[in-house]
Amino acid sequence: MKINRRDLLKSLAPLPLLGVFGFATNWDYRINKKEKIKKNSFINDLNIHPQIPPPPPPIKGKPVKLGVIGTGIRGEQLMWGLGFVHPDAMAYWKKNLPEKLESFRQQEKLNIKITAICDLFDFRANQAMETLGNGGEEPVRYKTYEELLHKADVEAVIIATSDLWHAPIATAAAKAGKHVYVEKPLSHKVNELYQLKKTVEQSGITFQLGHQQRQHQSNYTAREILNKNIAGHINLIQASTNRNSDNGAWQYYTYPEHPESSIDWRNYIKGYYDLPFSREHFFRWRKYWKFGSGLTGDLLTHDYDRMNLITGMGIPRYVTASGGIYTHRDGRNVPDVMQVGMEFPEYFKGSSQKSGKEKGMSFLYSATLGNRFSRETLLMGHDATLELKNDLLLWIDKNSTRYQEVLNQGLVDVNEPIRGFTAENDVDAITSATAQYFANKGLLYDYRDEKLVDITHLHLKEWLSCIRSGNKPSCSINDGFEEAITSLMATLAYKTNQRVEWDRQQQIIQVPGVPNNKLDDLLIKT
Amino acid sequence: MEKTRFLSNRQLLSLSILRILVGWHLLYEGVTKFLTPGWSAYGYLMSAEGFLSGFFQSMASDATILEIVNLLNKWGLLLIGLGLFIGLLTRLSIYSGALLLLFYYLAHPPFIGIEYGFLTEGNYLLVDKNLIEMAVLLALSFFPTGQYIGLDRIIFKNQVN
Repeated sequence: MKINRRDLLKSLAPLPLLGVFGFATNWDYRINKKEKIKKNSFINDLNIHPQIPPPPPPIKGKPVKLGVIGTGIRGEQLMWGLGFVHPDAMAYWKKNLPEKLESFRQQEKLNIKITAICDLFDFRANQAMETLGNGGEEPVRYKTYEELLHKADVEAVIIATSDLWHAPIATAAAKAGKHVYVEKPLSHKVNELYQLKKTVEQSGITFQLGHQQRQHQSNYTAREILNKNIAGHINLIQASTNRNSDNGAWQYYTYPEHPESSIDWRNYIKGYYDLPFSREHFFRWRKYWKFGSGLTGDLLTHDYDRMNLITGMGIPRYVTASGGIYTHRDGRNVPDVMQVGMEFPEYFKGSSQKSGKEKGMSFLYSATLGNRFSRETLLMGHDATLELKNDLLLWIDKNSTRYQEVLNQGLVDVNEPIRGFTAENDVDAITSATAQYFANKGLLYDYRDEKLVDITHLHLKEWLSCIRSGNKPSCSINDGFEEAITSLMATLAYKTNQRVEWDRQQQIIQVPGVPNNKLDDLLIKT
Repeated sequence: MEKTRFLSNRQLLSLSILRILVGWHLLYEGVTKFLTPGWSAYGYLMSAEGFLSGFFQSMASDATILEIVNLLNKWGLLLIGLGLFIGLLTRLSIYSGALLLLFYYLAHPPFIGIEYGFLTEGNYLLVDKNLIEMAVLLALSFFPTGQYIGLDRIIFKNQVN
């Protein structure tokens, strides 16, 4: 074999090009790296870390003896969170929602014993008995909550009734010395709310309001972002409800195959109303002011409580509201399209501009039950916008004062959100399409140790742990008071078409032209 | 050797350039994977579509297999790209490159009725860039350009003679 000069030249001909390749690659790499380091250092400088609520201490000692009052739709979901599923639901999950079943199977077993249940509808009560009996000992079913509350083998109660009954039952329970977990909204009426707050504070029981999103890390991370003044002065919050189904509009099944005699109507209206039996009022109570609270109590409260946790804004000074029954003209009397404007003229947490320039904030809640286009949940500050989904996004504002320099240097792209502050959530596989609304609001699942966990379970667990440890749960009676006052103010504003004011000095709601002792009548008026 | 040549200089040069361009592309794809910390084929495999999507997704779901796929991808692209670029073991590089491209084509095939959203740039119907690049390599396999312009010229010199 002989290699001549010609061979050598031709064989090595591509090498200079390879040199060009190497040079270009190196150049490209150095530029990218420099940019990346600068961009990363900007994000690192923000110093944002996911804020995962610390796990509560284990429920020590003997199992907590629980009573469940109200075993309907929400009551059933709460029992899932406690670790009990009806065999029919289990079979359904197995077939249609295997991920949900898997998440349930991995859910921590709680140190509890459900000793008592109460529901006014035989079918639902029996279903609960089957659910619990499935796991071992059957609890006792009581016909009224009063009977249940007087049992010594009930230490704590979970209340998941219609809105009308939340406050009276919670008050009675606190008086009886039972720990309370009550569903939102905290109260259907103004006076009962004051009474409940006083009773709970005096009783020393462990109280938790059922806003389970207080377990979701994205809310705590958002709070951290505001505490670090990363977004500048928040001047507008936008939250919305967007649903487009009969189920989402509370047009629930009314069980026509079950006789009237299986429904304890008398106890349902006892002490409040003298009304003829009505399946509409019993099963679709969310549609009527007499039993439910419409969009304000049902759905605004979720967004309000979440924002209150993040910002600590408290009760709005003024509330206005408008809307109507535009999408479900089926005889309901609560609106199905609604706007609520909440004003916080004193709100201020921090700013990047000169002192005194900024102060005050509006919170606009807008709801429709006739369209499910997902409108963003936003906290809008002078320097950045926080977008709350199941994930948390931070959008830097182009006209920000704080970030002007990095914007000029091109280190941040205003069209690309900064993300990754929370575990990436993949809940699509686990929930039905209708549950997606709740999932996007962070009301269903969150991650703990890389596992998908039902946050209702976490919320219940925290309460149960506090019963034993004496710690305070995350959604206190005070948080509940602020939530309920706000939602009641919104309802009153809607009903009177007036701007409703919170008198902080006197701690009362002021509705122009309406004496304070007439507010409750107005709230249930159709 | 030059006597047995059946291609004109221009033909030979243009085919070699074609080979070097494909080599450049694959080599750079490989290099960037080495330069990107934590690069993984996971997302690419999981977003696979078409009749083999289950096969590609199962690769991603097993950590060990995924690690092997990642290594094969990185080193495969790097070595195949380099081979084509400098004309080293050209035939082997061509066939391996074509096989790799066939996998890419099948993982995200531009078949009728499959939508990729933001994943694609441009519009494709049955034919995409992977398929074209694969066809280029297969065509080049019939012209041993590496033995004229490339290191194979030295390596295979005595064999050709």
